[in-house]
Amino acid sequence: MFETLSDRLTSVFSSLRSKGRLSDADIDATCREIRIALLEADVALPVVKDFVAHVKERARGAEVSQALNPAQQVVKIVNDELIEILGGETRRLRLAKTPPTVIMLAGLQGAGKTTLAGKLARWLRDQNHAPLLVACDLQRPNAVQQLSVMAERAGVAVYAPEPGNGVGDPVRVARESIDHARRQQHDVVIIDTAGRLGIDQELMAQAAHIRDAVSPDEVLFVVDAMIGQDAVTTAQAFMDGVGFDGVVLTKLDGDARGGAALSVRHITGRPIMFASTGEKLEDFDAFHPDRMAGRILDMGDILTLIEQAQRTFDEAEAAKMAGKLASGDDFTLDDFLEQMMMVRRMGPIKNLLGMMPGMGQMRDQLNQVDDRDLDRVAAIIRSMTPGERSEPKIINGSRRARIARGSGVSVTEVNNLVTRFFEAQKMMKRMSQGIGIPGMPGGKRNQKQAKPKKGRRVSGDPRKAGLPKEPAADAPAKQPGGMLGNLTPGKLPKGLELPPGFDPSKFNLPGQK
Amino acid sequence: MDGYIGIIAIIIVVILLGIGTTALLVRPRSKTTLPPPPAPTPQAPAPPVEEEVVETVAPPAVPVEELVKPPEVEVPPPSAGRMVRLRARLARSQTTLGRGLLELLSRDRLDDDVWDEIEETLITADVGVAPTRAMVEDLKTKVKVLGSRTPSEVRALLRAELLTQIDPGLDRTLHTSAPGERPAVLLVVGVNGTGKTTTTGKLARSLIGDGKTVVLGAADTFRAAAADQLQTWGDRVGAPVVRGPEAGDPASVAFDAVARGIADKADVVIVDTAGRLHTKTGLMDELGKVKRVIEKKAQVDEVLLVLDATTGQNGMRQAQVFGEVVNITGIALTKLDGTAKGGIVISVQRELGVPVKLVGLGEGPDDLAPFDPEVFVDALLGD
Ligand SMILES: Nc1nc2c(ncn2[C@@H]2O[C@H](COP(=O)(O)OP(=O)(O)O)[C@@H](O)[C@H]2O)c(=O)[nH]1
Ligand SMILES: [Mg+2]
Repeated sequence: MFETLSDRLTSVFSSLRSKGRLSDADIDATCREIRIALLEADVALPVVKDFVAHVKERARGAEVSQALNPAQQVVKIVNDELIEILGGETRRLRLAKTPPTVIMLAGLQGAGKTTLAGKLARWLRDQNHAPLLVACDLQRPNAVQQLSVMAERAGVAVYAPEPGNGVGDPVRVARESIDHARRQQHDVVIIDTAGRLGIDQELMAQAAHIRDAVSPDEVLFVVDAMIGQDAVTTAQAFMDGVGFDGVVLTKLDGDARGGAALSVRHITGRPIMFASTGEKLEDFDAFHPDRMAGRILDMGDILTLIEQAQRTFDEAEAAKMAGKLASGDDFTLDDFLEQMMMVRRMGPIKNLLGMMPGMGQMRDQLNQVDDRDLDRVAAIIRSMTPGERSEPKIINGSRRARIARGSGVSVTEVNNLVTRFFEAQKMMKRMSQGIGIPGMPGGKRNQKQAKPKKGRRVSGDPRKAGLPKEPAADAPAKQPGGMLGNLTPGKLPKGLELPPGFDPSKFNLPGQK
Repeated sequence: MDGYIGIIAIIIVVILLGIGTTALLVRPRSKTTLPPPPAPTPQAPAPPVEEEVVETVAPPAVPVEELVKPPEVEVPPPSAGRMVRLRARLARSQTTLGRGLLELLSRDRLDDDVWDEIEETLITADVGVAPTRAMVEDLKTKVKVLGSRTPSEVRALLRAELLTQIDPGLDRTLHTSAPGERPAVLLVVGVNGTGKTTTTGKLARSLIGDGKTVVLGAADTFRAAAADQLQTWGDRVGAPVVRGPEAGDPASVAFDAVARGIADKADVVIVDTAGRLHTKTGLMDELGKVKRVIEKKAQVDEVLLVLDATTGQNGMRQAQVFGEVVNITGIALTKLDGTAKGGIVISVQRELGVPVKLVGLGEGPDDLAPFDPEVFVDALLGD
């Protein structure tokens, strides 16, 4: 249902490829698709308009007309511009010369301010600050308790003199908290405020009063990554009502494309400083403009995928499992079961797939992919004897019937699994010869080049990170089975072409045939 | 880092082998026929334990509980006619949409620029690109058929179009009475911060106002003070709240709440759940379990997905995934008192057939109303 920019542009470009030169009409067509993609990523309309106009202007320039592949050059421009806007003048928290530094949080109801207050406090504590959390959300039932619990979990102090639930004056609490912090030697004060709507004049005025009472060094606008077109109105209202110095994007661990990041940045000119990526206190990070750009454009996100893996298991474990793939005939159903459970731990298979480059065209099929299918397969394998798992060739008719009974599926299902397993074994042999997956023994071509320089921080283009560095020169992409063949630097846009040999349509996903 | 890149290959193999297998088979639509999933038991995420010494200052002495006056139980007003009463609030924030469209459609010349503006008005309401285009095409045809365009004709045309989009034909009754003796069971679900607890509280209040007895289940055992938040709502209207230990098993709290409802011969049991992003398999499995465990005791009559009106296109994904896991039967669209238009529900209703049943129009205890398409559209268009 949701077509991605990759999908759309793949079709636009397929007609352009032969041309090598973009006419105005080509540029218009490309920009139309970019416009839709941005809108579907929830970038606010006025921002989309500005942005696309700007891209169009650049697309008419020399950098494009002289490029080898002009259409891809346009997308590179989009990507660059996005990173530029999202990341321009990033900066760190400003600490006051004379403590305490005062940080005030503001935002809509449910944006995640209270949780963020706790995370920020913990993050500061880890940097040897002594933060004080101040409970100025006296509106929402039990917000005060929630903040107190967060403080306890974060191991920081809280100032909560009023019960809340509609009782108490937040402006006074804010004002008095500063004195309290001074007396108790806190060098940072974080003020949690009630959620409020942009059009609520009274509450916006109250926020302004809190601000005036404490003269914060930083006012942070907290906004949910899932917000849609209203981002503009709301950001503007908070800008006018209280003003803010930086933005925090929350709930980025979901699958919203997060166009709001671009909207808020563009409308207010304020930098996005932090990203909140989960419910746990440590799920808090500096904001990465490059990743956000890739996410908004939905071009596959290998780095996020890898990070998800990193969070789930250690590198040795991952490398060991990947290594099994290269072993071809030695690859057993046990190995597969283990791998499957591993992948399952990383999250819904659909999401993982969505992060892989080139999967855009598979969107419809992807929508039908279901984790329960994996569970069924696991059940089948679990019903096999150890002998059968390591030597699937011995699984004859009667064994199949037994396995089917044991796992509550039909014999056909067992048959299919066994057949596919042999196919996969074959494919793995090809894979391990043809391509380089770093960390996967057997990738002949890559053994030399795979190791990225030690200690290099992986930032910037995720596809460049740790992937084969060899450009098209010795044509790895032409290698049969080169499933990551096109993930080479300088060949933007990533994910726009299916890596040759990595043809997901051969995968026989549900919904095909 | 390198080691992880092999993950990509692993995923491909898992898909190939795992999903490919069942592709050729009839996919079981009914969830009941599935073999028991090999139990990767979703651990309810435990709050991080802090070993370190808590820093200097203790929270200023006054324990919060002591300050709270014993709540007086209020008698809430009945729910009838609420949407009409809240119409003014809706109009305050929402008329720009309806009025804008009206003004555009009434222009003397409807050239491409005007149609573009109409399209943009809809997109700005989070209706989404494809549904917007469909709607614009529809309007174009209707305008052509209409020929002349007097103000009242344009208004009627737009009203009809908006109503079609919202689909007045859907059954929007909230299932708050169960056949036989047992109480009706409502489960409230959604992503974090959309207004689940508030909606649960408001709904309890409105049901009590209509003369029903209500038991609340605080199955959000995860977020700090979430059960207290629900308790505050319950105390205000005199609805008992069944709660469990913090970080305890939400399914057993839900079960206990329903058991209590049955024992008390209550009319309705509403179970509030923890916010969870639909992308977290573990938490979604947990939610599925909450529902299955309740079903050991009583049928779940209504599963309400709470959607925040500010949500953009991601709302569709939320509805899809929650629908798959717990089969949502209705939507509560909250925060419509803000400037967000909640246009995403148009797609959600159309694609999934799940109707909006309730709307949240503020933080006040009575700011919840049954959704009435006609009143809603009239509020959009203003007087
Ligand atoms: N303006 C407005 N705020 C709401 C509405 N419904 C809930 N809220 C607020 O949204 C915030 C989150 O609500 P809560 O019920 O805690 O969300 P939960 O995490 O989904 O349970 C609170 O500040 C509520 O007061 C509504 O209809 N309008
Ligand atoms: Mg809640």
